[in-house]
Amino acid sequence: MYPSDRRYTKDHEWVIVNGTEGRVGITDYAQKQLGDVVFVELPDVGRGVSQGQACGTIESVKAVSELYSPISGKVVDRNSAVATKPELVNSDPHGTWLLRVELSDPKEVESLLTGEQYAELVK
Amino acid sequence: MDHAATTDQLRKTPLNAQHRKLGARMVPFGGWDMPVEYSGIVREHMSVRTNAGLFDVSHMGEIELAGRDALRAVQLISTNDAARLSVGQAQLSALTTPAGTFVDDLLVYRLAADHFLLVINAADIERKYRWIADHTRETGDVAVVNSSSRYALLALQGPAALSILQPLTGVDLQSIKYYWFAHGEVAGVRGMLSRTGYTGEDGFEVFIPPQAAERLWTTLLDAGREAGLVPVGLGARDTLRLEAGMRLSGQDFDETTTVLEAGLGFIIGKNKQEDFIGRTALEEQKRSGLTRKLVGFEMTGPGIARHGYVAFAGSGQGIVTSGTQTPHLKKAIGMAYLPIEFTPAGAEFEIDIRGRRTPARVVPLPFYKRPQLQPGV
Repeated sequence: MYPSDRRYTKDHEWVIVNGTEGRVGITDYAQKQLGDVVFVELPDVGRGVSQGQACGTIESVKAVSELYSPISGKVVDRNSAVATKPELVNSDPHGTWLLRVELSDPKEVESLLTGEQYAELVK
Repeated sequence: MDHAATTDQLRKTPLNAQHRKLGARMVPFGGWDMPVEYSGIVREHMSVRTNAGLFDVSHMGEIELAGRDALRAVQLISTNDAARLSVGQAQLSALTTPAGTFVDDLLVYRLAADHFLLVINAADIERKYRWIADHTRETGDVAVVNSSSRYALLALQGPAALSILQPLTGVDLQSIKYYWFAHGEVAGVRGMLSRTGYTGEDGFEVFIPPQAAERLWTTLLDAGREAGLVPVGLGARDTLRLEAGMRLSGQDFDETTTVLEAGLGFIIGKNKQEDFIGRTALEEQKRSGLTRKLVGFEMTGPGIARHGYVAFAGSGQGIVTSGTQTPHLKKAIGMAYLPIEFTPAGAEFEIDIRGRRTPARVVPLPFYKRPQLQPGV
């Protein structure tokens, strides 16, 4: 359910770290809680993000929810497919990254939850 | 998600167990434990626009007024002209304060010459019942009864509603005109069928005894399955009514906004003879002119405006009362009170979306109007 190739936050984001780069998305649990996602607002490329700080918003039909960055660094890319098809976040939450971040402190990821720990959290 | 402790204090409709069985996500709404969605707001919304949806709206309140002076009492407390109602006919109306602001909006059904059924919104039913009873105490021969617990209310809405319901009843549904109703049996349950709704689609609302609610609910869902009927929660009910330009009590209007400001002048009886609470204030406001009014808008910049967001219009301000991304029209729309000079269609203004001023434009209501039936097809 919650793949072990990545780490998770208590705010329901995931990050896949590859060298000094992390890809960030939201979890299946988060998309279920939100319901149908209709709008995703992401930080501009080049902007800095900090671990645990809000860096964007995800809106469903009913609600607005903040996106918290699981790691610190600089945004190097954002997934343009999500801008036109926000429903991807519902249909494939673990396969749909939102941001690519150049990590400023790769060790930060150690503080995040494993798939097993996250599964326990949202049980 | 942390409602577990309070769920026990919430009121439950007779269909509560059915909603849970269907896997609905439940939320507190107006003191009731209600389904917000079953299969997803977008899917439910689209089902109502293209096929049909079934809603449990048993949380709505029913107040009955009966007696020789029942009409006088209804005329006193509501803005519309109930004298124009035939037996078997209903109208949208408002309960108003002396200032012409809203206690609630409501549907007035004329069950008999001297017997009316008022359907009011779910929040504070008891308070509104007392308000009606208190204000009609001096009105002669009329009994005011809160009969909310005697009714369950199901709404079957969508282009396929009539064809799903017709095989289950002997009542000729085609002969019931919009905002009229009839009594009869549906699936063996004695009830009242009203051609009304809160979605902008054709459909019926069925008043039945609570003990028959589960039976009718499951019978309807089974009967409509092939026609694409799905259960629909409050989430899609909200997006459907917003697309249809229908105001939500307590959100788009309340005790701080008048009937005229809410753009609902058409529910004030035009040639109504009798006085009603708030009449003087509303006539005075009409004479002196409005300073603000509720309008429909669509976002022309990125983002979704939500209830409570502040609007900037010239040197003045306004307030968003409803807003969402509509599933059917696929754009961000909403309603807002704006300074009167910004209320004509086409007026440009801005809405503060989490600190960013985002452009929006006034558009005529409703956002969505159902296609007319093609005769002979």
